[in-house]
Amino acid sequence: MFEIFQYDFMINAVAASILASIAFGVVGTYVVVKRIVFISGGIAHTAYGGIGLAFFLGINPFWGTVAFAIGAAFFISFVRREKNQHEDTLIGIMWAFGMAIGVILIGLTPGYVPNLMSYLFGNILTIPRVDVVGMLILDVVILALVFLFFREFQAITFDEEFSRAIGLRVDNLYLLLLVIIALTTVILIKLVGIILVVALLSIPAAISIKFVKSIKAMMIMSTMLGIVFTISGLLLSYYLNLAAGATIIIISVIAYFASGFISRFVVKKRTS
Amino acid sequence: MNAVNLSNIKVSINGIDILENVNLTIPEKEFLGIIGPNGGGKTTLLKVLLGLIKPNSGSVKIFGKVPEENLGMIGYVPQFSSFDADYPVSVLDVVMMGRLKHKKLLGGFSAEDRSIVDESIELVNLSDYKYRQVGYLSGGEKQRVLIARALTTKPKLLLLDEPTASIDSKTGKSFYDLLEKLNEDITVILVSHDIGAISAYVNKIACLNKKLVYHDTKEISAEMLEQVYHCPVDLIAHGVPHRVLNEHDHGNE
Repeated sequence: MFEIFQYDFMINAVAASILASIAFGVVGTYVVVKRIVFISGGIAHTAYGGIGLAFFLGINPFWGTVAFAIGAAFFISFVRREKNQHEDTLIGIMWAFGMAIGVILIGLTPGYVPNLMSYLFGNILTIPRVDVVGMLILDVVILALVFLFFREFQAITFDEEFSRAIGLRVDNLYLLLLVIIALTTVILIKLVGIILVVALLSIPAAISIKFVKSIKAMMIMSTMLGIVFTISGLLLSYYLNLAAGATIIIISVIAYFASGFISRFVVKKRTS
Repeated sequence: MNAVNLSNIKVSINGIDILENVNLTIPEKEFLGIIGPNGGGKTTLLKVLLGLIKPNSGSVKIFGKVPEENLGMIGYVPQFSSFDADYPVSVLDVVMMGRLKHKKLLGGFSAEDRSIVDESIELVNLSDYKYRQVGYLSGGEKQRVLIARALTTKPKLLLLDEPTASIDSKTGKSFYDLLEKLNEDITVILVSHDIGAISAYVNKIACLNKKLVYHDTKEISAEMLEQVYHCPVDLIAHGVPHRVLNEHDHGNE
């Protein structure tokens, strides 16, 4: 069954799955413990506006997504600093606005443009080697930032008020965390699509949290699960001729519900 | 020097007055209990002391300084119910958070930080629980984790928000014994809606419902409560051993 690995595109897809899983596992852990899946979804979907703008202006879509995703991270950070009571509404508006801008600008762009579907679900089988290298660089940047700010991120995701009370720069750290989420989103949209970004940020971490007792263990387990989901989804989609991104999501969702049953029988260790 | 000096504090959030004309002077090494109904502004008052909320008017002095200069000098013990029980973090790591301001970006915590953390865990009697996940401890144990974390900041003032909420009367006794011990060196302010639990241990009591009524005594009278709650309240000293609520002459405040 391993004859498929003679194809270069499959090797690239597998490498991309592993690299993407590292980013998802590490960043998704914070997304789940801080309960900002909705916020992360907002950043990912807003980035679609950047894709539309980039096509309209005839520039590389990478820069459009970077601008919109980071812009979305700053907007959310601003809304929180202002202690706006309607934070979730504003993020929902930003989310819809970004998508609408993307659809309209792509519609206005003359000539060939990729359709919406390829950005929603991605096309992991067409990943060029240069993008795999780009993901490797992203992983290094994310791991370096998380290594440097591991304790700080743990503190602000566990207890924001206390972190403020001891004088940590909570707002800036939170913005940094949102920018890391935005970067993760940007690189991964092209590969796996907006919907898969949200699914893989949340599902592996949401499964792991039931079994682990530290953030580090959660990051490692989420990464492992991400690798299992993406690669098994990739193989299954290849043999059954299904869409890869959607297959990966279905496998993840089934695993999530299965984990609910399993966690009832596996008693979480309460002592070390 | 006074630990706390609040004068004419007013806080309004979205046009609603939360605190009105609050004046409060707390001498050093006082053990003050602040009682009042839910929504009466207790947590807001704590946040003003911590410098997390800037009052619309009035002045805040903590040991003679404005709160911004005091960041990290006040030990803050929030309500545990506000945390996610699923959050995967050990007792040790939570207590470590108290030293974060001293951590270097590269190199992490110093040996001194680590020994301060160990001492604090020892002091609250949680040495055997160091590597347990915080979310799976009992209410009283969680509360002690948060106190240990607050103590690692080496505070001169300890603020506790509703610490009795998660503690039953049995563990409550040892909990207050711990606070009494800490009070030998540290000024303690405890906020609660649980009148009975608070009154046996504190030196002084203040009642807060938008306005603050400070009583230079620790007895609670029915009039005091009526003033704060705007309705007659029955005095029931539940779960507190060796304590009878005295009649309190309302004339001499």
